[in-house]
Amino acid sequence: MQFMLLFSRQGKLRLQKWYVPLSDKEKKKITRELVQTVLARKPKMCSFLEWRDLKVVYKRYASLYFCCAIENQDNELITLEIIHRYVELLDKYFGSVCELDIIFNFEKAYFILDEFLLGGEAQDTSKKNVLKAIEQADLLQECRREPPLTVCFLSAQLTTEKPL
Amino acid sequence: MALKIVKGSIDRMFDKNLQDLVRGIRNHKEDEAKYISTCIDEIKQELKQDNIAVKANAVCKLTYLQMLGYDVSWAAFNIVEVMSSSKFTYKRIGYLAASQCFHESTDVIMLTTNQIRKDLSSPNQYDTGVALTGLSCFVTPDLARDLANDIMTLMSHTKPYIRKKAVLIMYKVFLKYPESLRPAFPRLKEKLEDPDPGVQSAAVNVICELARRNPKNYLSLAPLFFKLMTSSTNNWVLIKIIKLFGALTPLEPRLGKKLIEPLTNLIHSTSAMSLLYECVNTVIAVLISLSSGMPNHSASIQVSFSRHAHTFSLKYLGLLAMSKILKTHPKSVQSHKDLILQCLDDKDESIRLRALDLLYGMVSKKNLMEIVKKLMLHVDKAEGTTYRDELLTKIIDICSQSNYQYISILVELTRLEGTRHGHLIASQMLDVAIRVKAIRAFAVAQMATLLDNAHLLTGNTQRNGICEVLYAAAWICGEFSEHLEEPMATLEAMLRPKVATLPGHIQAVYVQNAAKLFATVLRGQEGAPADSTVAQETSQLLIDRLPLFVQSSNLEVQERASCILQLVKYIQKLQQKDVEVAEEVTALFAGELNPVAPKAQKKVPVPEGLDLDVWINEPPSGSESEDEGRKSKGKAVFAKDESRHTKPRYTEVDEKELAKRREVRKAEQANNPFYIKASPSSQKVYQDGVGVEHIPVVQIDLSVPLKVPGMPMSDQYVKLEEERRERNKADKKKKKDKKKREKGEKGRRRRGDSGPESEEDITPAHMVDIVTEEMPESRDNHIRSDPDL
Repeated sequence: MQFMLLFSRQGKLRLQKWYVPLSDKEKKKITRELVQTVLARKPKMCSFLEWRDLKVVYKRYASLYFCCAIENQDNELITLEIIHRYVELLDKYFGSVCELDIIFNFEKAYFILDEFLLGGEAQDTSKKNVLKAIEQADLLQECRREPPLTVCFLSAQLTTEKPL
Repeated sequence: MALKIVKGSIDRMFDKNLQDLVRGIRNHKEDEAKYISTCIDEIKQELKQDNIAVKANAVCKLTYLQMLGYDVSWAAFNIVEVMSSSKFTYKRIGYLAASQCFHESTDVIMLTTNQIRKDLSSPNQYDTGVALTGLSCFVTPDLARDLANDIMTLMSHTKPYIRKKAVLIMYKVFLKYPESLRPAFPRLKEKLEDPDPGVQSAAVNVICELARRNPKNYLSLAPLFFKLMTSSTNNWVLIKIIKLFGALTPLEPRLGKKLIEPLTNLIHSTSAMSLLYECVNTVIAVLISLSSGMPNHSASIQVSFSRHAHTFSLKYLGLLAMSKILKTHPKSVQSHKDLILQCLDDKDESIRLRALDLLYGMVSKKNLMEIVKKLMLHVDKAEGTTYRDELLTKIIDICSQSNYQYISILVELTRLEGTRHGHLIASQMLDVAIRVKAIRAFAVAQMATLLDNAHLLTGNTQRNGICEVLYAAAWICGEFSEHLEEPMATLEAMLRPKVATLPGHIQAVYVQNAAKLFATVLRGQEGAPADSTVAQETSQLLIDRLPLFVQSSNLEVQERASCILQLVKYIQKLQQKDVEVAEEVTALFAGELNPVAPKAQKKVPVPEGLDLDVWINEPPSGSESEDEGRKSKGKAVFAKDESRHTKPRYTEVDEKELAKRREVRKAEQANNPFYIKASPSSQKVYQDGVGVEHIPVVQIDLSVPLKVPGMPMSDQYVKLEEERRERNKADKKKKKDKKKREKGEKGRRRRGDSGPESEEDITPAHMVDIVTEEMPESRDNHIRSDPDL
């Protein structure tokens, strides 16, 4: 996979993940063009389209478009599966995910995506494994979390951080 | 010091965290840019603090802003700082920001090398994991070189979680730093037999991608993969392996033969569409390389595929696959012609276009008529001009292989309205009629009926409209008038007053060909004895009707009409003296016009004594034209005359050009529903601009044209255009605020039709939409409840 974009029906970008090195300007240009092209498609149209020299696979879930660009020799149907798997992961994690979840917890959405895909390829095909890894990472964050900054805990601020 | 800390923490309490930022942005839709710039200032303040938590928070917010499209590369160093935090939470945020923002030319990437190395050897597997994930997005050749060894050791880590990630990232590392492949390759091969399935599939992935780039080196692994393929039940892995084989088979034909068996088994047994598709693709690749028939196999594949083709995506892929097969095994595709014809009825345009391509490839003598008939039906039904035009060009392409039916089809095509291909049809008609003598009679008959029914077509006077066909019709009738059955009737049809509404060039052709027809008529009538009155009637008819054309505003028409009118008057006089004029009149139009090849001129031999490269006159030198003028009086006179002739002509042409351009533009604007009419102030200025243009340029009577007078004026025009456009843009921005009231329909229409608009129009249009159409967001809006699933 070359990149993955998530955007709403109004064309607002919710998530973008690039697996190829591109400059910012190019990324913006590609995003803009692709969003336009996909939004112009009618609902009954085929999920694949050819764009520039890439194949674009997209799927609409409620108000979000999940859009992936793959190379010409890649299998489109498997990319659809990948998109679906990602949505399932999000769903499991957030519990009946909706677009607001992704908006407000966008970094968690990224973390989940990073656990599932690396370098554009699926890391693990087992949903359970991916979710387990995410949960454990979250736990790690929880128990290492700093105590809240209130006046009472000033003293904790002054001491150095505990080593891992 | 304590007070400072207290103050600091109170400040921090009011820091916005990510949620606040997002909420704030959503609440500030009107002045989003302003709000965000205040946020960015706050973030800059936060980044100056020492507290790593604060910095991490800031970086998190920056990542969000980066996603919205704001540039955050100025914070690169801070991102590295956050990455180096020892707390997992912050480290994670830092790496995420880095993977989003960093790229090859970020300077601070060198600083990250050591940090990443530390993280890679961290005892905490999640630290390592996060480092690997982040690295995969911004790995540069330097980083790859430095870290390759570390990653290789990680491939043999105890935890499969790490092994998996390390294997996958090796692919990215290889891409950037190919020399690392050699030492890493044996380890990679080991991973293919790793006990953990995740690691195994990762290894398969990497090798598959590598093999696609360079298949030769991986042929030795083929048996291993074969074993994997037959033993694995994981579809994802299977797909990758099959893809790998698809890349390998061109090099190793025996492999292909061995593969056919298990692949066809898979095809018949699997229920997974993606796997099926991959198998089909590979089988096609194998068949192509084998180039021995295996038509039954491919047929069975087709059948199984089309059976499943109940969703659009699958249909599309099926058609794609068939077009691949078409190149090598056209016969097997023929049997599925009906299926493909069905696909033409599909609602999805991309499917229809694919089917059309396929049909074009499949056309043969036998099914030509059937296909063309079906296509004609479609052209009637088709909406959407691009598809229609595609159809038309395809039909014309197909039919150019068989001429007889061509003319009738072309005539039928002309009955359709609203296409842009009148010109094409016309040229095709002319082409066929000229080249193929046999059908001239047929063609002429058809053209005559067309002319009779010309009133149907005169309504459409667009440039390339159907009326172009009349051009062809008139010409064919005139040139081959000996085939006409009723030349009188056709002559009358050509001279009807309604003809004057056609575009100029068509009228000119009409007039000219009317003359040709007149010649034929005369010849036919004068053969019969005693009826010289009929001949005179014909001349009278012409004399009556031609003055209409003489008064035409088109120069060409005027000229021809007046020429012919005089000729006819002369002929009438001769007729009144009972002189036979038919012979001479026909002599005017004798000789057959043959088509001339475009390069024919080159083939004409240059006659002796003529050297085309010698200057006929002394070559003029640019700046010395004044001297020239003084030198030879004759030339000065010539130049003067020329300048005098060219100057008025330039102004005249220019005015006409301008008027035409203005009209075309106005027509465009009237048709474009998205064109925001200029506000009265700018309109007035524009009017003034027009006024400025129309002030006649004072001609200085020089012997030499200093400047071509036409040029500055068109420059002015261009400048005015640009000014007008800029004013429009400024107006649009003002109107955007006003138009927020007029939401709903306009916004929806704009969004629906964002294709043809220029780039500048996009951002405002989208912003309007954000204002207008707030999504009904509620927690009930489940992403999963999508019927398309």
